[in-house]
Amino acid sequence: MAGFDPLSQAGNKAKGKRPWFFEDREAERVMNIVMALAQEVSVMRMRLDTVERLLEEKGTLTRADIEAFAPDKAQAAERGAWNQEFIARILRIVQQENEAIEAGAEMSSEDAGKELGLS
Amino acid sequence: MAKDDADPKSSMPAYDGPPDYRLVGQHDVFPQVTHDEAERFNFLAHLNRHLAARVLPGVKTAFEQRIAPKAGDSFKSRHDVRKALLKDPAFQTWSALRRATMEQRQQAGRWVTLRQGEALTARARELTQGDDRLQLEPSFAVPNYLTAVDHHCMPGSYHGEIVEGDVTGPANYDCGIFATTGGTLGRYTDGGGRAVVAWLKKHLPDFKPKRILDLGCGLGHNVLPIAEAFPDAEVIAVDSGAPMLRYGLARAKSLGINNVKFIQANAEDLSRFEDESFDWVQTTMFLHETSRSAMTRIFAESRRLLKPGGMVLHVEQPQYAEDMPLFEQAIRDWDAFYNNEPFWTTMHEIDLDDLMIKAGFKPGNAIHGGVAAVVDTTLFPSAGDDKVEDYGRKAAWELIGAKKEAA
Repeated sequence: MAGFDPLSQAGNKAKGKRPWFFEDREAERVMNIVMALAQEVSVMRMRLDTVERLLEEKGTLTRADIEAFAPDKAQAAERGAWNQEFIARILRIVQQENEAIEAGAEMSSEDAGKELGLS
Repeated sequence: MAKDDADPKSSMPAYDGPPDYRLVGQHDVFPQVTHDEAERFNFLAHLNRHLAARVLPGVKTAFEQRIAPKAGDSFKSRHDVRKALLKDPAFQTWSALRRATMEQRQQAGRWVTLRQGEALTARARELTQGDDRLQLEPSFAVPNYLTAVDHHCMPGSYHGEIVEGDVTGPANYDCGIFATTGGTLGRYTDGGGRAVVAWLKKHLPDFKPKRILDLGCGLGHNVLPIAEAFPDAEVIAVDSGAPMLRYGLARAKSLGINNVKFIQANAEDLSRFEDESFDWVQTTMFLHETSRSAMTRIFAESRRLLKPGGMVLHVEQPQYAEDMPLFEQAIRDWDAFYNNEPFWTTMHEIDLDDLMIKAGFKPGNAIHGGVAAVVDTTLFPSAGDDKVEDYGRKAAWELIGAKKEAA
């Protein structure tokens, strides 16, 4: 058998033809890369949050302290709320497209401007 | 979801979201998870929740406002609805994000487990070697319904092995399921099994099974609460995946549950067990992983194996009843078409009562119930109280079964 090779095997494709949803596959590929990056930004922000909390509490820290950190319920709620805010921020365009469906037919600013300019 | 008291000076609502990953229960074969790996799972749990709570409603609006009106009454089935949804940008965006999130979840969990694959495999071997509660069949043929595609996009599915004695597949399942369920299955991912036990204690308090068979046990997460509730019972857990069974026994032992045997077998042919030798046959989220012909044989086998007065129970997501809107059915079908659950759609339209009657159970002996995951609600969110509907994935299920007539 092959043996473990985490770097290549962690990202293995699952057996079965992959469904693509966007009309433009390149756009979906980029979206996948952006969401993976977003995940890593969240990880870094949480690590910074951990460092701040440990420094605030003890004034010093080791990497082992970061690994041993476990937020209490209130801290976990603050960190969870940050993740919610972060995701809402990066998926803003999705929210706005959905609000646009709800709004129905709307006038563009250009058309509004033309109307306002009529004598 | 867990609600903390809001700060009266803040305009922010009380936190309503997944708990921190570090509450997930550890045991001797649970992989070590670093700070950053835990945060990867946290992010994915939040992203899944966001997609269900804040993006999916937009798909519904799109369906109601710009898809359904154009279709008139041309939608005859959920498949017509799904095909129309596929052309709509709101559904495309939600689906592309949901698929990406599932792939990220698999990659995150595989990274955690594969980087310590040797150690996990060695620990499972230490815990199971020479223990006759693990019975594997070296020449076992994995059923074709599990080999066509890797189920729920889990590379290697339930049976794949990278090295001999591999347990990284189940370890990945175990440590990463939090990302999809956001803690709604509880500390040990056993909220489904706990729900079955709670239902039983309430509705059949006098039922005291001595021999219990759990089919499609996976890594055993839902059978352990059953074994714990009936400590004097002999519990046999069957699955087709050798890695699952290895990990299952090692995990059970490290959690101090010792009355479960893990046996590799095809649930369609349980001829190794005698007629009328079990008081209870249980399946939890298993039938949708099989096939129509397999289900017919599984139902026949479960009836053959039950003692007179014994009981079979199946736990699944709700069936597609006639009164379920086609939009909801189409969304519930998402996992079937886009997350490698190929039998999911057909399973959910089969008349299970009828299939049980065809297997020989008497119509008057059918059992029906509804259950939601039972979790420690001081720490974990209660799916039963959750207003957010993550169709097909919510930790609330239907319970369908039958009692075998007394002799």
